[in-house]
Amino acid sequence: MTAATFTDTRGRTPVVRSRGHGANVLRRLLRNPVAMIAATIILLLVLMAIFAPWLMPADPYATSMLKRLKPIGTEGLPLGSDELGRDLLSRLMLGGRLSLFMGIAPVVMAFIIGGGIGILAGYAGGWLNTAIMRCIDVLYAFPSVLLAIALSGALGAGITNALVSLTVVFIPQIARIAESVTTQVRRSDYVDAARASGASSLLIIRKHVLGNVIGPIFVYATSLISVSMILASGLSFLGLGVKPPQPEWGLMLNTLRTAIYTQPWVAALPGLMIFITSVSFNMLADGLRSAMEVKQ
Amino acid sequence: MKPTHSARDPRDLGGPRQPLLSVRELKKHFPLKKTGLGLRGPRLAVRAVDGISFDILKGETLGVVGESGCGKSTTARLLMQLTPQDSGELVFDGLSLGSPGLSLRDYRRQTQMVFQDSYSSLNPRMTVEDSIAFGPTVHGVSQREALSRAHDLLARVGLEPARFAGRYPHELSGGQRQRVNIARALALEPRLIILDESVSALDKSVEAQVLNLLQDLKQAFGLTYVFISHDLNVVRYMSDRVLVMYLGEVVEVASADALFEQPLHPYTAALLRSMPTTDPLRRTEQAPLSGDPPNPIDPPSGCRFHTRCPDAQAICRTRTPVFGEAMPGRSVACLKYEPGSGYAASTIALKEVTHA
Repeated sequence: MTAATFTDTRGRTPVVRSRGHGANVLRRLLRNPVAMIAATIILLLVLMAIFAPWLMPADPYATSMLKRLKPIGTEGLPLGSDELGRDLLSRLMLGGRLSLFMGIAPVVMAFIIGGGIGILAGYAGGWLNTAIMRCIDVLYAFPSVLLAIALSGALGAGITNALVSLTVVFIPQIARIAESVTTQVRRSDYVDAARASGASSLLIIRKHVLGNVIGPIFVYATSLISVSMILASGLSFLGLGVKPPQPEWGLMLNTLRTAIYTQPWVAALPGLMIFITSVSFNMLADGLRSAMEVKQ
Repeated sequence: MKPTHSARDPRDLGGPRQPLLSVRELKKHFPLKKTGLGLRGPRLAVRAVDGISFDILKGETLGVVGESGCGKSTTARLLMQLTPQDSGELVFDGLSLGSPGLSLRDYRRQTQMVFQDSYSSLNPRMTVEDSIAFGPTVHGVSQREALSRAHDLLARVGLEPARFAGRYPHELSGGQRQRVNIARALALEPRLIILDESVSALDKSVEAQVLNLLQDLKQAFGLTYVFISHDLNVVRYMSDRVLVMYLGEVVEVASADALFEQPLHPYTAALLRSMPTTDPLRRTEQAPLSGDPPNPIDPPSGCRFHTRCPDAQAICRTRTPVFGEAMPGRSVACLKYEPGSGYAASTIALKEVTHA
């Protein structure tokens, strides 16, 4: 491993400093073409979603009985129109906001909560670990789709409830990864050495455990974003997530499915968006994983 | 506080004659996972360390030897309090650990450990200087001062701070990493350092350098070492006194010279016979020790060594030897040296030894 070095003067004497782990991972990630393509696509999608209100060619809520289910490439409707005559391109752009949000937000929340639970259980070990992990296993025993539907159904339709139920679905998955990684780190000699220096558990977790476990947990969480998007779309499809007329890819797929025989290409577009986004997130997660896994 | 005999170290409480660390009846059993419902039958446990007592004198190097699985490493972890003991106490310079005079935190400040695996004992995400500076910052030293202490220590262990302080462990060789580990142990200015197979993983030339470094540091900082190793030659070179362990018990303690010249316990004798020698006149004719050590879950009755002991008699199977002084400065747990133990040749053996 060739580590470029630079000098600094943090201590008393100038010191040759190696590039840190994070910088090395980033460098390897930047050299991975597949991951970079995926990252570019995600960046474009995010920019599209953020600036949708200014980029949209037409009003995504304006219905027209005359322009119903036009094919792709129609004059004024570049990607055709939906069953109520609304401009599909505009709706796809605006719909990206909610779809991406529903993909990322539950994972971020589950990353914080599940990661915290897993690290706590892994570091504590013993009976506390057993108690926490058995509770987590109860949730884990349900298939995630079923759990998401059941929770959303029980809580009622709506974005917030969908968000909550998806978070609950992902907490056990992330907690298990966090627990197993933390258990490994906890048994290492450098944690023993830190304990021998008299440091408190909290300080050891902060200084020695976190830096070594956050990478693998983060990679796993990234790979869950695509799952979350698909689940969220599924919930919207079932009418448990976003409510019409708000555009969201899963919901659009649902309402357009009646047009699958008249305008199959138009009907497939929201699905294609979901597909592209989730594949991109998976590729990025894969790239991250291999960038982090390199043994130094 | 009592006036100290030595003006050198203000932390010295009991004077040079008081042991730095007295280990009293230390015991650690690891319970086995229960099979089935586990409600029936006695609970089984690996008797890793089974009631050991010994003293570590100020300024000495106490070597600890024994076969794999005899409890050496468990003893090290108990001494460092990384594993809590089932029973027994540690008395550090006259103060019992856990008493108001000596908290675990104070104790850990004065006792440090260097592990065997130089790589896994360093945090891969921390630079060398941060790893060394971590301990002092825990005890309230400012980051800046801790770093400058880390740089001083790096120089002391033979690593140029300007070149090595900002490096990560994977960029160093095994010997360099072990020097870093030694520097980290020194960063808290301890009085006792436990070296648990600390040089065993290094190749011979590097091992020799690190051993000499350890000797130099001991002089410079007035340290006391517990030197655990399976390499008897290295133990002889390093140690003032040697403690021999067998199946979780101490079987013999003696000065290194006396022990290597004339082992008292048959197990010690067997261990020494197993040392490879390049002298054809000292060729070993008989196999020094046969078989594996017995199962520490269910150790043999009486003397634990009787199953493999060349001198075993019927009494050894039933009577447990008491660890005691057989000769001045030499303690052993063997019925041969226990007056009135019922061992047939015990008096003769003792005479032979004392007049030798």
